[in-house]
Amino acid sequence: MIDLGFLQYDFMKNALAAGLAASVLCGVIGIYVILNKIVFISDGIAHAAFGGIGLGYFLGYDPLAFGIGSAVLTAIGIGMISSRARVSEDTAIGVFMATGMALGIMLLTLSQGYARDLYGYLFGNILAVTESDALFISALTLIILLLVYLLYKELLLLSFDPIYAEAIGLPVRGLRLLLLAMVAFSVVILIKIVGIIMVIALLTIPGAISRRHLTGLPRIMAGSVILGAAFVTLGLLVSYELDVPSGATIILIAAVAFFLSTLLSR
Amino acid sequence: MSEKIVSIKDLWVYRAEHAVLEDINLEMEAGDFLGLIGPNGGGKSTLLNAMLGLIKPDRGSISLFGLQPAAARSRVGYMPQKTVFDRSFPIDALNVVLMGRYSRRGLMHRYGSADREAALRALEAVGMQDRANREIGALSGGEQQRVFVARSLVSDPDLLLLDEPTAGVDSAQQTEFYDLLCHLNCDLSIAIVLVSHDITAISKHVKKIACLNQRLYYHDSKELSNDDIEKAYGCPVEMIAHGMPHRVLREHD
Repeated sequence: MIDLGFLQYDFMKNALAAGLAASVLCGVIGIYVILNKIVFISDGIAHAAFGGIGLGYFLGYDPLAFGIGSAVLTAIGIGMISSRARVSEDTAIGVFMATGMALGIMLLTLSQGYARDLYGYLFGNILAVTESDALFISALTLIILLLVYLLYKELLLLSFDPIYAEAIGLPVRGLRLLLLAMVAFSVVILIKIVGIIMVIALLTIPGAISRRHLTGLPRIMAGSVILGAAFVTLGLLVSYELDVPSGATIILIAAVAFFLSTLLSR
Repeated sequence: MSEKIVSIKDLWVYRAEHAVLEDINLEMEAGDFLGLIGPNGGGKSTLLNAMLGLIKPDRGSISLFGLQPAAARSRVGYMPQKTVFDRSFPIDALNVVLMGRYSRRGLMHRYGSADREAALRALEAVGMQDRANREIGALSGGEQQRVFVARSLVSDPDLLLLDEPTAGVDSAQQTEFYDLLCHLNCDLSIAIVLVSHDITAISKHVKKIACLNQRLYYHDSKELSNDDIEKAYGCPVEMIAHGMPHRVLREHD
């Protein structure tokens, strides 16, 4: 049997709470990321968020809040560029991505003595989640769930057929920006769990597996949430028992599940 | 006197200082079935977009049912040119059709049982009721096209705007599709604007025909003169009508 004694530690409780909230986000927002084919945009947003995190450190404010700020700005920037179409979207994302990372590394280095935190943001450190982080993450998750509930039919229409959606009067531009903003929030939360480098795997793997085996969007979302929760919980346990990095453990478990599911469904 | 479904007066639309539509005048009444032909880039989709209220006229006016186009959306059904979608998108036919109810529900209001019943009725009207719960990607091209017609019908429109609806569908399915349009037009008396570049195919089915290339060549009838066609396409009629000009065109005298 698995020893549940670890739950007596507050840091484990916080980690688990944040991890489960993040799985709900992955399940729901991750599906929209896959269906709207904005995986690369989401990855770009995650990297750009690092610039904000660095700035937060440098100025001595909450890095998470600054990360979210810069992620949302990047999301809006990319959304505006893709609707104006002067610069190709790919190029814009590439530029944002690299600039954000460079800024982040520069600012973190200038704020003496945070090398350990740099490592944490790049590769994730779920065990460093504080109680206030966990509360913040849960509140954000609730807000995003509420938005998705209210705008379910609009987001479905946007994801399936944006040209038709625009023709029948759906505010396509505004909705797309909102979706990107929700992706931005989700991505920064996931950075806490698995780090910038691996965010995109956690955002897409549960949805990709769930979609292969289930039909109907609500069921696929539910399946994806359950898978995400399983990966995070299992990853957390294994990393605690074996004393290995949590982010990498979670992603490796998700990756193994992905390859198994691919093999089984052939 | 029957209601004017479409009334376009002296419409001009410019894009980057070039006129895309020049002095368009068009009126349609209940029960009309208008075929709109013309060369690529001649402004057919622009005209439809203007009728949907997506493009503002630079000069002149458009009214549908006596209203501004954007205000008349709930009475207009629209089927875009070849819907591009992810074939593995997890959605069944019924939920695709439900999307057409958006113009009746509006932002943030969820679909109710009345919407679902309307969606089933629309699927029945196109003969797809037994496919309601099939994934859209699992249907054949012709079946998908019927689902998209059902989506344009589900808001109970009085006017249907169809932009090249038969692109990418084989000829047997095309014949069935035109029969379906005749049924909608004759039996349900829905006015239809059918955009196509295939003159011979649509001329068999529509009641009236117009040709658009910046200007609209239209005589409120099913006939266009050789002269109209030559002006619109800028080349002799025979090249356009593929050797069957008599189907559309009266002998010129």
